[in-house]
Order: sequence, then C-alpha cells, then structure tokens
Amino acid sequence: MDNIANLMHGFEVALTAHHILLMIAGVLLGVLVGVLPGLGAPNGVSLLLPLTFSMDPVSAIILLASLYWGALFGGSTTSILFNIPGEPSSVATTFDGHPMAKQGKATEALSFAFLSAGFGALCGVVLITLLSGWVANFALRFSSPEYFAVYFMTFASFIGLGGASPFKTVVSMGIGFSLATIGMDSVSGNVRLTFEYDVLLAGVSFLIAVIGLFGIGELLLTMEEGLKFEGVAAKVRIGDVLRTATKLPRYWLALARSSLIGIWMGITPGGPTAASFMSYAMAKRSSRDPDKFGKGEPEGVIAPETADHAAGSSAMLPMLALGIPGSATAAVMMGGLMIWGLNPGPTLFTDRPDFVWGLIASMYLGNIVAVVIVLATVPLFASILRIPFAIIGPVIVVICFIGAFTAANREFDIWLALIFGLVGYLFKKLDYPIAPLVLAMVIGDKAEDAFRQSMIFSQGSLSIFWSNALVGTLMAIGLVLLFMPLIGAGLRRLRGQGETRTV
Amino acid sequence: MKTIAISAALAGALTLGGFGAAQAWEPTKPVEFVVTSGAGGGTDNFARLVQAIITKHKLMEQPIVVVNKGGGSGAEGYVYGKGKKGDPNEVIFGTNNAYLLPYVAKLGYKYTDLTPVAAMALDEFLLWVKGDAPYADAKAYIDAVKAKPMGFKMGGSQSKDTDQTLTSMIQDATGAKWIYVPFQGGSAAAVQLAGGHIDSNVNNPNENVGQWKAGQVKPLCVFAPEQLAKSEPIHDGKGWGDVPTCKSAGIPIESFRMPRTVWLPADVPADAVTYYANVLEKVSQTPEWKEFIQRTAQTAKFMKGQEFTDFVAKDDAANRKVFEAEGWVVK
Repeated sequence: MDNIANLMHGFEVALTAHHILLMIAGVLLGVLVGVLPGLGAPNGVSLLLPLTFSMDPVSAIILLASLYWGALFGGSTTSILFNIPGEPSSVATTFDGHPMAKQGKATEALSFAFLSAGFGALCGVVLITLLSGWVANFALRFSSPEYFAVYFMTFASFIGLGGASPFKTVVSMGIGFSLATIGMDSVSGNVRLTFEYDVLLAGVSFLIAVIGLFGIGELLLTMEEGLKFEGVAAKVRIGDVLRTATKLPRYWLALARSSLIGIWMGITPGGPTAASFMSYAMAKRSSRDPDKFGKGEPEGVIAPETADHAAGSSAMLPMLALGIPGSATAAVMMGGLMIWGLNPGPTLFTDRPDFVWGLIASMYLGNIVAVVIVLATVPLFASILRIPFAIIGPVIVVICFIGAFTAANREFDIWLALIFGLVGYLFKKLDYPIAPLVLAMVIGDKAEDAFRQSMIFSQGSLSIFWSNALVGTLMAIGLVLLFMPLIGAGLRRLRGQGETRTV
Repeated sequence: MKTIAISAALAGALTLGGFGAAQAWEPTKPVEFVVTSGAGGGTDNFARLVQAIITKHKLMEQPIVVVNKGGGSGAEGYVYGKGKKGDPNEVIFGTNNAYLLPYVAKLGYKYTDLTPVAAMALDEFLLWVKGDAPYADAKAYIDAVKAKPMGFKMGGSQSKDTDQTLTSMIQDATGAKWIYVPFQGGSAAAVQLAGGHIDSNVNNPNENVGQWKAGQVKPLCVFAPEQLAKSEPIHDGKGWGDVPTCKSAGIPIESFRMPRTVWLPADVPADAVTYYANVLEKVSQTPEWKEFIQRTAQTAKFMKGQEFTDFVAKDDAANRKVFEAEGWVVK
C-alpha cells in the first residue's frame, strides 16, 4: 500500500498551522463568492491567483482548493434559501432544497446538503487515494465517442423524469440546446446565431440564464402568491443541525448510490453538473414515492449534493494526472500549476509527490474544515429567511442583477437576466420544466462537439458509437435509461390487464 | 456607451494636457488587461504573469485589473477593445489571432481597430506522435501518411486556427493528407494523442510536455529555423534542444510560430504606445520572465514599433495564403 504511505507523508506536508489557517481563509472566502451568484468559484480563484505567485506551490494549491470547496458549499446555500444556484452544479439542489426552505425546514435542508456534500467529497478523495494510477489510465481510454455516450446517458436519464409531460421536457431541452449554440462554434470555427450582434459573440452565459430563470422567476412567483416565504415563522436552533445529522444514516442507500454516480462522472469527463442532475434523476426513479420529489423530499437534496461533491473532488484526478481540467475552476487552477512551474501530467505524481500528496491530504482536511465551518453558519443563513419578504425581496433582486453584471462585466447581461426572469415565470405558469433547459445549456454544446468530433473520426458513420466495448456499454445504458419509462409504462399496462382478467 | 464617450473625452483631454506640459504619457487610473482567452488558457497565463511581474517590480504606478474575454476564440476581447476606441487604459493580450480571426469569421472588428504595441515571445510548434509509434523521424511518419491518404488523424485545438493552418501547410508541402479533428484546446489534443485516439498533433511545447515526460508522446521535429535552446533532459535523455528542425527532417517548412502579442485600442496617443512598449520591454528583461520562457520552451523575442509591424505584415501574408487556398476566408 504505497499510496497509504504517500498519503501519510502528504498529511505531514499539509498538517501545519500555516496550512490550516490557509484552509480556513480559503473556505470562508469560498463561501462568500459561492453565496454571491455570478461571482462563483472560477472568478474567485482567478482573483486569488496572482496572490499565490509568491507562495510555494503546496500552500498555493491548498488555498485555491479550499476556496473551491467553500464556493461549492456556498452555492448550495443560495440554492436552498432563495432558489438561486450559485454554481451550475447546485441547480439540482434547488428542486427539493428550496421547497424544504419554504416549508420552514431550511435548517434541515442546509444541514442535509452540507453533510451529504462532505460525505460525497470524502468518498471522492478516498477513491483518488486508492486508485490514482488505475483511474488515470482508464481516463486515457476516453475519446469523443465515449464523451458523447456519457453526456447521452445524462440526457437520457432526465427525459422520462418529472411530473411534466415528456414533450414539454423535450421542448425545454430544445430551447436549452439552441441557447448553447450561440457564439463561436469550435468544430467549424464559424459564428452561429449571433445575428451580427457583437454582444452575442461570447454566447449566452449559463450563469445569467440561471440567475434569471431561477432567481428572478421565483421572485415574480412569490410576489404573485402574496409576498412572503412560508418559512418565516420557523425557529432556528443549533440543535436542529445535530438532530439532522443523526437522521442522515437513514439515507445510506441514496448516499452510496450518489457517491458512485458522482465518482463515475468525476473521472469520466461528465463533471459535477452532469453528476448532480443524473444523481437526482436516479434517486427519483428508484424511489418508492417519486411524487414526493420536487415538494421538499430530503433525498432530493442529499442525492445531488453528494454526487456534486464526489464528482468535484474526484475530478481533481484527471486534472493532475492528465492535464484535462474537469471544470472551469479546475482550468484556472491548472493555469496556476503551470505558472508555479508544475506540469500537470502522468509524471506529476512521481516528480512532485510532496505536492500531489500534500494536495490530496489537504482535500481530506479541507473538506472537514469546510463542513464544520458551513454547519456553524447554518443558523445564521437560515435566519435570513425570517426577515420579512418586503425587505429581503428587493435585496435579492439587487444581488441577482449585481451577479449578472459581475459574471462578465457587461451591461447587456443585466437585460438578459431580466428576460430570462420573465421566461422563467412563464415556464412555471405553463408548467414547463426549467431543469432540462439548464442541463442542455450546460452540457449541450459539449455533447454537440463530442458528437461532431466522433463523426469526423468515423467520417460520418454512426457505428463508431458501438466500435468498442466501453462506448458500446455506455450507449446501451443510455438507451435503456431513455426507454425505461416507456418500458415501465408498458409493463404496468400489461400487469393492469392481467389483474382485470383475474378479477 | 456614455462611459465610453466620457473616457474617450478624458483620454483626449489628457493627451492635450500631456502635450501642453510636454511630459511622457502615464496612466492616471487603474489599467485593464483584457485577456482574449478563457481563464487558464495560454494567453491568460501570459497576461497574468506580466501583471505579476509589473506589480512585483513596481513598473507601473497604477493598479492592474485582469479581465477574461475569451468568447468567440478571443474575438470577444478584440471587439471589446474596438468599443474602447481612444482609451489608453485598456491593454489587450493575444496571439496572431488578433489579425487572423477577422479573415475566417464574420466578426464585429477589423485589424485596424487595434494599435500594435509589442510581441513578447514566439511560441513554437512541434510535430508529435504517440510515444510507441514506429516512426524514428518526421520523414518516416510523413511517408506513412502519404501511403494512406485520409487514413491518419491529426488533432489540434479548434478550427481554422494555428493548428489547422499548420496542418494544411504540411499537407501542401509534402502531399500528405490527414483527417483533421478539432478539439477544445491543446491539452485535449495532447491527451487524445497519449490515449492513441489520434495519430499526431502539432502542439506547443508546453501543451505536450507532461505527456512527453511520461513517454506517452514523442516529438519528431520543430517548425523553427533553428533548433530550440538546450534544456534539462525531459524523457530518455532528450530535451528540447535535441529535437531536429522540420526542414532538416524533410518537411520543407522554414518556420511556423505564434507570437504572444499586446495591443491597445485604435486612436490612442502615440506616447501611450511608447509607454506600454517600454514597460513590456522591461518585463521581458526580468529573471521571472526569462524563467517562464525557458520553462515553457518558447523563444524569447521582444518586438516593438516598426519591427513588430513588419512581423505582423509577413505573418499575416503567410497565413492569408493558406486561408485563401483552403477557402476559409469569409466575405
């Protein structure tokens, strides 16, 4: 067990007072940037990056990684309290987290979210510790067709889901896909759907869409419903945090399944966003009571949070071992690695074991520090809901618009967020689901690129998706997920007929 | 719009004031470094390092803010620069895409919307194959590709960009023919080669060095007039200085390099251009910069004024020829 020995050495590197202080500072800053929509982890890390040039690489990566964990936790906070996901990967947390908050169970929702997130992250790190060499080689087997198959699985698991009609889901997904195509297309090098407006050149930022669709859309609905959050009267006690913690083991199955999905999506290039969506979909599908989902079911918070963080931490492995950034934040950190004089790649583990294992050890410590810190803030955040809506509502609007502006420092984005807000309101009124739109926006263009690259590889033949065991299996799972609701409905009908006959 | 008008007016006023007092121009408010790539990209590293060096050596009085505008392969940043016409507090960092992008895509800016300041380095291109590929040199590989047209895959970052241009040049020069697969960036192309999903790529040194260290890929030749500077051995006792030039290895391409460039918006005072060119020249003489150049195996080459404009004209013509032959030029 070489890795365990290495890890112990890593703890020696990471466990100094200086590093623990950096972790606490990083997590606090991260929670702050995560809570403000629009600022987000990638921006936070870029802002801190120049500061780290004068630090030694181990301290620098510990600071940046802690900021990343903090931001992931902060992102979940606003998802639950205000229905505004601070990070793409915490969109799925809004589905049940926000209804829980509205029912006065904000403390419970936040505690569940943070605890399961911490659990998922630790699962991801354990995997890195034990299987680093194997995973790096496995990831090398992935090319465009396999990438596409992974994205296809995510979409397929989502189509037959939810109370909304499948057709509405497809419409919503279609709108998401077209929004994702706006801007420069990297496969052909052409500009698409910009109508010669320069502001559209960079595409429509996902963050703006989320701020509008979720944040502003939700506010419009709340105003219509009578200007108040129903959670106002809820009491906030620190004991509730502990009580929730004791309830967590009851959801062991959800935790285990979500960790697996998260780890899988983290080491394949699916990423945290796809992981959280897929985990939510699987939790709902396998639940005995799927109708409860979307109305404040704790499992609907636990599943996406666990998978999100499991994917977030296991995605560090491809970044270090292969040099593929698994997320926008990882891309910034990789830039940092190069400036500090480290080359991400297969030999980083042997060249700089102190750095790699110091980082891995700091992931254990950093996540524990993060969970403790954010749990301590739960009562504080939960009491925000007790402020009358007439005061907090306008504040949220202001934060939304500031967030929309800071995402890229463009005035145009503020108008865009407003338009998305109206669209979000209409979607809710007409009972169209928003989640598929968001999912298509986030991974739609990646799926498209992967598909078209595959077509270039095979010179136009679809058989490439069955050309080896790996991609064939992934596609088969995707197809099963896609048609499962149909098969399920068919089976139910058959069984129903059988019963009527026997009667 | 209003802010732009005001800042343009201010800039104008400052220029006049500057002439009156016969003083050299200096920024009077925080300077924005506009990066024409996403966070973590090659141009991003370049700009942030320049920022760090300026701050460390106190080469500028005013603070620097770095913003990423990498949308549309960098066009977002240049279009932003066009909107800042006359504002000398906006410094734009890029590559040769500053003057090449408008050829291949219909964009909201022209090369004349930018004022050239300086180029700070030349990034090199190498021909790479998989580590265990049976080709001892570039000639053997090209012959294999020639024997089986469209049977080999060349990967690169993006479409109609430097990598595809170079691929097209090699095809023209040797008669070989590849399937070109565009990926999202050089690191993706590096991993795809290491995994054996493509047969070769023409990555910059820094993009493939991790894989070379592990022996997963190997360089066949470098598209430079002379061999690269000697370095520490990277794999199997070989370093950057041991890679032969492509010309000597049988691919008749003299040189293909990508300049790391710095620009200002159009209509800025000439004093401002001189000011930034001088600051950047000082940056290029610091030990930190030299260390960065060496580590990323780029070629140090500081160009400003006429020398830089001449370089741009030459590079522009060479690339334009390929774009026209391939039919990439948009009308």
